[in-house]
Amino acid sequence: MNYIKILLNGIFKENPTFVLLLGMCPTLATTTSAINGLSMGLATMFVLICSNLVISLIKNLTPDMVRIPVFVVVIASFVTILQMIMQAFVPAIYATLGLYIPLIVVNCIILGRAEAFACKNGPLQSIFDGIGMGLGFSLALTLLGAVRELLGAGSIFGIGLLPETCNMLLFILPPGAFITLGYLIAIVNKFKKA
Amino acid sequence: MKKLESSITNMVIVLVGVALITGAILAYVNHITTGPIKEQAEKTLTDGIKKVMGGGEITVTGSDPYSQTVDGKELTYVIHKVNDAQGKDLGAAVESTTVGFGGDLKVLVGFDSNGNILGYTILQTAETPGLGAKAETWFQKDGKGSIIGMNPSAELKVSKDGGQVNAITASTITSRAFLKAVNNAYSAYKKSSAGSQNVASNDNK
Amino acid sequence: MEYILIFISAIFVNNIVLSQFLGICPFLGVSQKVTTSLGMGAAVAFVLTLATIVTYLVQMFILEPFGLQYLQTIAFILVIAALVQMVEIVLKKVSPALYQALGIFLPLITTNCAVLGVAILVIQKEFSLVQSVVYAFSTAIGFALALTVFAGLREQLAFVNVPKGMRGMAIVLVTAGLLSLAFMGFSGVDGGLKILFGLN
Repeated sequence: MNYIKILLNGIFKENPTFVLLLGMCPTLATTTSAINGLSMGLATMFVLICSNLVISLIKNLTPDMVRIPVFVVVIASFVTILQMIMQAFVPAIYATLGLYIPLIVVNCIILGRAEAFACKNGPLQSIFDGIGMGLGFSLALTLLGAVRELLGAGSIFGIGLLPETCNMLLFILPPGAFITLGYLIAIVNKFKKA
Repeated sequence: MKKLESSITNMVIVLVGVALITGAILAYVNHITTGPIKEQAEKTLTDGIKKVMGGGEITVTGSDPYSQTVDGKELTYVIHKVNDAQGKDLGAAVESTTVGFGGDLKVLVGFDSNGNILGYTILQTAETPGLGAKAETWFQKDGKGSIIGMNPSAELKVSKDGGQVNAITASTITSRAFLKAVNNAYSAYKKSSAGSQNVASNDNK
Repeated sequence: MEYILIFISAIFVNNIVLSQFLGICPFLGVSQKVTTSLGMGAAVAFVLTLATIVTYLVQMFILEPFGLQYLQTIAFILVIAALVQMVEIVLKKVSPALYQALGIFLPLITTNCAVLGVAILVIQKEFSLVQSVVYAFSTAIGFALALTVFAGLREQLAFVNVPKGMRGMAIVLVTAGLLSLAFMGFSGVDGGLKILFGLN
């Protein structure tokens, strides 16, 4: 399996959001705007790449029965490191994403990739898998955030595109998250069949 | 390399090892990021104070907590006294918290020494996303419900309640909570500066 | 009065699933049938309350006295994982009937972010131990309520002719959106209660 294929697999064929439907909590909660979605995606990608790398390196040192606890500790450490770095250097983004940063620990994508990919493949493949999955997740979150921001606040990445009278606040509110994602998945399904 | 077997010794060694290594790494990262995190928090506050005091060169001469009872509940305000670069008294920036639509609404309001509003910024909000963000610009100088330059000696109210401030479209409750925070900040500032002539410091803990 | 407020606010106003987006995975995954969703709800209520008590004590008596707050995430997730395992073992021995009913849901709870989320939230909100327990329990009731109502909707959805592209998760998400919209009708109720109880 070559590296490009691994990369594209995460972005399209097994896109964590639209195809595998993993990590729904941050997907729905943090996509009130394109920039929030993108930050959450990148934060998750950081943890995903690091944990994939470390887990593929230590896979032979971990007895099978304690596999899951060890993986969880590795993931949780990277999340904690991420928390500290974000607090120190990008406190504004940290404040917006708030609770959902520590909750990356329980994001099913990360443990899922550790189990399904990193503990069977070499370090380099695992890094590419992390990048691919991370990009797929970031793209999906940014797309969802952009659509919600456009419909709800009339802008994308803070650049105003629609007049204020066209704003449908609903799309920034919780119901808008479910509804927008539902329709985006329907559109993706349509393309997949075609 | 062969995979380690799941014997008790192996499992214990691996678990202890992983715990020790991650513990050490985290302690180290914590050690190097403590400084920047603290600096950032201070910077956010000084930037906020600077912004609400008109944006010029300032020095904060003292930050005192001050408690006052509002509607039967004791609330604590933090008053940052501010001088300009020449050491002239500019007024103060006051941190004030009220209950908004979705939770606590924390604002920082700048007053000159007469109590006129110089500026404000929202420090913390749990309002409906989108509307909470609107409050950050709505009441500013070019906003639709500008409160800059007003003096809350006569309580600020939204026009719906017979006041002089335009409320944010479709979020009267947030607007009311915001103005209440400003009014409370004003009374805390006035009372504390009147009180400080008699009592040297407010150690309201 | 304060506890009633936390109770109502956590169930209806800030429903953990529909307005805070925690525990979405089981919400979408285990809501095909009303009976299974009731079982899941009960299991979550049990573990969530227990986990919040334990993590609260860990925070107060281990992490804070030693200045180890930065280990919060890692400590909490391990405590929760261990607790779930223990509950499973104890239930198996003590009450096989209850284990039969809840057993299959227990392993799923470790990765339910509602549990970790609530554990961190009560620390952030600076609740007391009693407040935390009330909050955790009410949140779990809110979770069970949302799950059961949603399962009821999905059972009906099975009889509906859904357009091809919308089949599967798409229509489920849109339905969840409508349910969330319904729950938004409760927003502001907690503020009213606060004034009513004179807590403002």
